[in-house]
Amino acid sequence: MIGLSHYLIVSALLFSIGLIGVLRRRNLLMLFFATEVMLNAVNIAFAAISHFYNDLSGQMFAFFVIAIAASEVAVGLGILIVLYKKHGSLDLDDLATMKG
Amino acid sequence: MMENLVYIALFAPLVSSLFAAMFGMSQRKTFVGVIASLLLFTSFVASATLAVEVFTTGEAIAVTMMQWIGMGDLYIPFGFVVDQVSVTMMTMVSLISTIVHVYSIGYMDHDKSFNRFFSYLSAFVFSMMVLVMSDNFAGLFIGWEGVGVCSWLLIGFWYHKPDQSREDNPSISPSWAANEAFIMNRIADLGMLVGLFILYWNVGSLQYDAVFAAIPNLDQWILNGAAIALFIGAMGKSAQFPLHTWLTDAMEGPTPVSALIHAATMVTAGVFLVIRANPLFAVTPEVSYFIAALGTFVAFFAASMALVNRDLKRIIAFSTLSQLGYMFAAAGLGAYWIALFHLVAHAFFKALLFLGAGNVMHAMHDELDIFKMGGLKKVMRPTYIYMGLASLTLAGIFPLAGFFSKDAIIETAFNEGTYILWIMLVVTAGMTAFYSFRQVFLTFHGTERYDHHEIHPHEMYKFVLIAMSPLAILAVIAGFFKGGFETFVTSLLPAYHMSEHTHHYVWLLTAIVTLFAVGGILLAYLKYNKGLERNEKLENSFIYKLLANQYYIPRLYEEMISKPYAMISEKFWHGVDLKIVDRTVDGIAHFLYRSGDVNRRMQTGNLSHYLNWMAVGAVVLMVAAAVTAMIG
Amino acid sequence: MLMKTSKKRRWRIKEETVMENFLASLFTFQGFAFYLFSFLTIILFWITVMSNNVLYAMTSLASGMVLISGFFFILGADFLGVVQLIVYVGAVMALYSFAMMFFDATREIKEKNTSGAVVFVLGGLSALMLVLMFAAPIHSESIQALYPMHEGVGNAQDVGIVLFTKYLVPFEVAALMLLVAMIAGIILAGKKMDQSLTEMMDEDAGEDEILTQKDEK
Repeated sequence: MIGLSHYLIVSALLFSIGLIGVLRRRNLLMLFFATEVMLNAVNIAFAAISHFYNDLSGQMFAFFVIAIAASEVAVGLGILIVLYKKHGSLDLDDLATMKG
Repeated sequence: MMENLVYIALFAPLVSSLFAAMFGMSQRKTFVGVIASLLLFTSFVASATLAVEVFTTGEAIAVTMMQWIGMGDLYIPFGFVVDQVSVTMMTMVSLISTIVHVYSIGYMDHDKSFNRFFSYLSAFVFSMMVLVMSDNFAGLFIGWEGVGVCSWLLIGFWYHKPDQSREDNPSISPSWAANEAFIMNRIADLGMLVGLFILYWNVGSLQYDAVFAAIPNLDQWILNGAAIALFIGAMGKSAQFPLHTWLTDAMEGPTPVSALIHAATMVTAGVFLVIRANPLFAVTPEVSYFIAALGTFVAFFAASMALVNRDLKRIIAFSTLSQLGYMFAAAGLGAYWIALFHLVAHAFFKALLFLGAGNVMHAMHDELDIFKMGGLKKVMRPTYIYMGLASLTLAGIFPLAGFFSKDAIIETAFNEGTYILWIMLVVTAGMTAFYSFRQVFLTFHGTERYDHHEIHPHEMYKFVLIAMSPLAILAVIAGFFKGGFETFVTSLLPAYHMSEHTHHYVWLLTAIVTLFAVGGILLAYLKYNKGLERNEKLENSFIYKLLANQYYIPRLYEEMISKPYAMISEKFWHGVDLKIVDRTVDGIAHFLYRSGDVNRRMQTGNLSHYLNWMAVGAVVLMVAAAVTAMIG
Repeated sequence: MLMKTSKKRRWRIKEETVMENFLASLFTFQGFAFYLFSFLTIILFWITVMSNNVLYAMTSLASGMVLISGFFFILGADFLGVVQLIVYVGAVMALYSFAMMFFDATREIKEKNTSGAVVFVLGGLSALMLVLMFAAPIHSESIQALYPMHEGVGNAQDVGIVLFTKYLVPFEVAALMLLVAMIAGIILAGKKMDQSLTEMMDEDAGEDEILTQKDEK
């Protein structure tokens, strides 16, 4: 039978894929995509636990994660636009002005 | 009522000190001195009342003010006991302190640190009261340390005087002398502390009654150890050989200080300790004999150095040292009440001597060399009478007080069968008479050797002379109270009577001593009455130089102890403190600095790198969690 | 699946039982749907992460999100699945599309070669650790449900009950946060956002009576 472990393993794999993307991507927009992947993976885990323990808290969490992700995208893209206007490029390596 | 008197006697000096301290930075104000003297007089009245009370009822008054240390098994209260011994000391201390305070109003009137002086002086009296009134060894030690500190403050009163070389001034400077006094006292205090530890360790309490009750149960070697250790403490405070050099150097302080501290009170604290702890010393006969022998040696030793000295105050200081030796001789031989009697009598006439010397100094514009004085009796008659009287007492001439007290000690030496000590004490008595009258004749008789254009000697203020009079009176009549004193004090102290054998010879013994004393005076008269005749050959002879330089002992201490110690200290400073300790601390700082510098390179400003580090951290945590889960 | 079996081999479960379980579950609806969705989602997200073309990446991301809502439906979280579709696929991906329009998306993204070793080691390690942790049997005796699901009530109703009673404050705060995010997005992206629109209209108004009338009101 499909147990909780199955869903959690899927979630883990998707999370790792998202992590690889975050580590690998240089373009800021693509970085956002990878972050979205990670968030979705986590949502699956929440929903799965909620289902298998008969607890609505998991779904609540997933719900709020979605809400937060949405607002994050809005603000993030706004910042991205301002950055692009300022520096003319979305590449991470060109934006290393905080070098210590 | 009696408890209130105890507290008044104890705390009036403290109030006086605090009051004077309020004006410490102000200009000289006479009322500060007046109020200080009044408060001390209150303390004297309280002490005297308590003395009468103890005398009539024969019972001691004990008060416990509050608890000081109550920790586990250690219980030390702030307790005070007024018994025959302590009330004697209290009365003597407060009387002399009052007189010295009044004297200081006159003597220090040109000094700009007038108020500070009274503050220190009263603080000293308070510490001394704590010392004598305490009912346990710890309180005694507090007073002990307190008088040490106040002595340092007072000797170094003119701290701004610069250092001079040893040839110009054997005491180098007041600050140096103050440090020397304090350090020597401190070295001795180590011995005292060891003694206290030994007592506490074996008895479990530091209260006098508890310790003395436990003495029969202790091992002999513990008792010997405690006695030796306590005596080392007494040696420092009472300037016995080898810790004696500070007493003569302490003359750098103002004369009232010398009168109060280095004649009557602080230096007698050592003798007081031995008298107080007499049950302990009574059961350690070897230690007691050593004390007596050392005391006799010091008496002779100090008198020999006073024979050739030219400094007015220093001669008197040597004589104090000598008389302290007498007191220790008596205490060491078991005649504790005789030692106490000599302590009290000596306090009176020695203080009188010092105050008189102060008058002379004041008149001669702080000149100290007696070779530069002479013929002062024409202008300073009262002072001449005072000093003459005090010197007669010191020499031990019947019927003055010194005769009764010193003679008793010499008789004791004979009585105990310690004939060597007896002979030395008798010879010392002769030397004492000689040098005291040498000083009197050179100062007051003969031709005037000072420059008439520069110095116009005049007598001290009338009120000062009147204040000194009780001392003179007591110096004369105190001897007659010897019998009463004996009965009074021996209710607490062990009685000491001369044996039949001695009684047989008592007239002969007295005659011998008086012969030596009168002989000394005559010798001084013949040599110095007409004036000073300097003998170059004598002054350059080996013995003369040896005595004049205090047997070169201060020089010895400097070469053998001070200089090597300074060298070692410097080595430690450079080698250990700077190189090791400082380097370690700096090394830690450098290490942190450098590691911070290295880690700074992590901040590349590149977001991707940061994300990499985050992932590394997360993975490390996960691995750690898995590993601990598998192990645990 | 191969990975799963190899992991399970480590835990010393017999291979036969594993294969049997797998094939058995494949024939149930839930099992089939689960394996299909997971397979597709993994491939699609891999494309998202690895592709050099923005358009491809975005498309695969949107598709993956649709499939994730499918996951939610399998798990009985209907409301959540619908919200995922509406918000994520509908709104968020629309936002990303507009962003893609803003930046020139037809160009190939040229990225400096990141050290693939570091990335894949880290990612691989984290995948390994997580899968190991989740594949272990979970001891669930002591876990109690905080807000248990009610029988007989539909999921949407259930969610509604909990959301508007127990989670009311987070709900309202989330709403406020969304408002703030919206305003922030407008200000960040808009032109001349530091000037007041009404004042600008004042300057341009001139003789336009209707406008001035409107302003006076």
